[in-house]
Amino acid sequence: METLITLLVGVLVAVGVYLLLSKEMLRIILGTAILSHAIHLLLLTMGGLKKGDVPLLTETAAEYTDALPQALILTAIVISFAVTAFLLVLSYRVYQESGRGPGLRGRQDE
Amino acid sequence: MNNLLVLPMILPILMGVILVFLRPYIRVQRVLSVLTTIASAAVAAYCLQHIHLNGIMRLDFGDWLPPHGILFVGDSFAMLLVLVACIVSSIILLYAFATTGFETETMFFYPFFLFLMAGVNGSFLTGDLFNLFVCFEVMLLASYVLLTLGGRKTQLKEGITYVLINVLASWFFLLGIAYIYGVLGTLNMAHIAVRVAETGQGPLLTLIAIIFMIVFSLKAGLLLYFWLPGSYSAPPTAVAALFGALLTKVGIYALYRMFTLIFIHDPIIYKIIGVLAIVTMVAGSLGAIAYSDIRQIVSYNVIISVGFVLTGLAIATNTAFQGASYYLVHDMISKALLFLLAGTVVYLTGRSKFNEISGLIRNYPLVGWLFFLTMLAIAGIPPFSGFIGKVYIGLGAIETGSYVLLAVSFLSSIGVLYSLLRIFLNSFWGETIISEDDQKPFQKKIGLPLVLLAVLVVGLGIGAELLSPYIQDAANTLANPEEYIRAVMGDDLE
Repeated sequence: METLITLLVGVLVAVGVYLLLSKEMLRIILGTAILSHAIHLLLLTMGGLKKGDVPLLTETAAEYTDALPQALILTAIVISFAVTAFLLVLSYRVYQESGRGPGLRGRQDE
Repeated sequence: MNNLLVLPMILPILMGVILVFLRPYIRVQRVLSVLTTIASAAVAAYCLQHIHLNGIMRLDFGDWLPPHGILFVGDSFAMLLVLVACIVSSIILLYAFATTGFETETMFFYPFFLFLMAGVNGSFLTGDLFNLFVCFEVMLLASYVLLTLGGRKTQLKEGITYVLINVLASWFFLLGIAYIYGVLGTLNMAHIAVRVAETGQGPLLTLIAIIFMIVFSLKAGLLLYFWLPGSYSAPPTAVAALFGALLTKVGIYALYRMFTLIFIHDPIIYKIIGVLAIVTMVAGSLGAIAYSDIRQIVSYNVIISVGFVLTGLAIATNTAFQGASYYLVHDMISKALLFLLAGTVVYLTGRSKFNEISGLIRNYPLVGWLFFLTMLAIAGIPPFSGFIGKVYIGLGAIETGSYVLLAVSFLSSIGVLYSLLRIFLNSFWGETIISEDDQKPFQKKIGLPLVLLAVLVVGLGIGAELLSPYIQDAANTLANPEEYIRAVMGDDLE
């Protein structure tokens, strides 16, 4: 199971990098979103996928799942949500300001 | 007593939230925000003295003992940086009062200023790797907003580059955290250090160390600085000064913490840092000489000093750490002053290329002489603050026989001097281009923060003796990571 998820992370990173390298702003933002999904999955996998019961102290469960990676992901998701929202608004402002599609075209003198 | 440790982070956050609701009352916002920064500085000063007398302070949130909970650790190195960051940002606030327009001020300028400060202070104080990530993000989100607030075209353009590069850096940060949790099963920095020492720093851990090096080099501007000159010259002067004084220093602090506490067993790391520092100083000097836009030159000066401070880490002896601590303190103050002066010149003349301006010293003698003083301080001329840091880093380099580092770092001072002297000779001397009738009046409230920072620069140079016990504490904890680990993990280590 861990191997499968790791492969999935690899595919997501590949997709994300491909999107990041494009010239259009929206594709780049989607690229960052997909990259962040990849890293969240990786965080989850690094702590070991579900092995035992919920991490509440009871007498019957022999093994507990590590709860820390899930707490980490929750925080990281919130942060990447905020950053993606900010990026979208920013690119919309650039679109409004420049009056054309939010593409990245480099400087005039380049 | 140790609860005080959280105040430099929590005070700005709470006050920032309160100020959001006081949006129309600019005057109240101003007073409250400057009071907050001064209060944080006072707490930091008290804590610094407390650490000097009683050793490293620690605060476990919710009484979860390390390594289980999140904690703040206050050692002298971190607390010194918190103190200087608070002092410098309160002076920058005074400048912001005078120059930030009413429109920007009502668009939540002060809350975001305080959030940025909270993120910076939190990054200095935290003892947990994931918490460091969170504090970085608090700081970065606030800086995204401050950079783009106002919405001029250059700001938006540089904003997109800046946000994207930092999103990518944060991605690598999470990657490093995931790997380290997978390998060592802990995120408490002291605990990681213990486990790295136990298992030995094999190739896998060195790889992780290099991932962290990439992350923090991006934030600090060590070699990976290509985004820095653009985004530091785009925002309004007060914000640019805040960025130049604080943001790269957080990256530098994280590099120091990582490579003096955790990944200390592989000498190759220090060689890599040395090479990176040399390339950074050379490239920064070339950039500073190549451009004629004052704000660009000033931004490249930030890069040179990043390289210089990190030579201290590459040398990694107690003396070099002392020098680096002095130099970091000096650099925060003097870079803030330099950015404010550059912004003031651009504001007063309406031009940004130094060869289009001349004879300013006749119109604005104060600005001229302050610029001269700052130039001497940054180049490291004796009575001012840059000198003592340079001497100690140089001594450290001689002790360990790293003569190439020594030569490049001192040659970079000449680059600094040349690039700033060019501005001084061209813009301040020569024929005046502004007649007395149409020169913009130089307001006292713009002069006050400049003079305050200049007093600090001179004071730090002359009064270095007063600061030296704290600097020695800082260098000691950097040179002996066991002290930090013992303060966090207790005497039994595990």
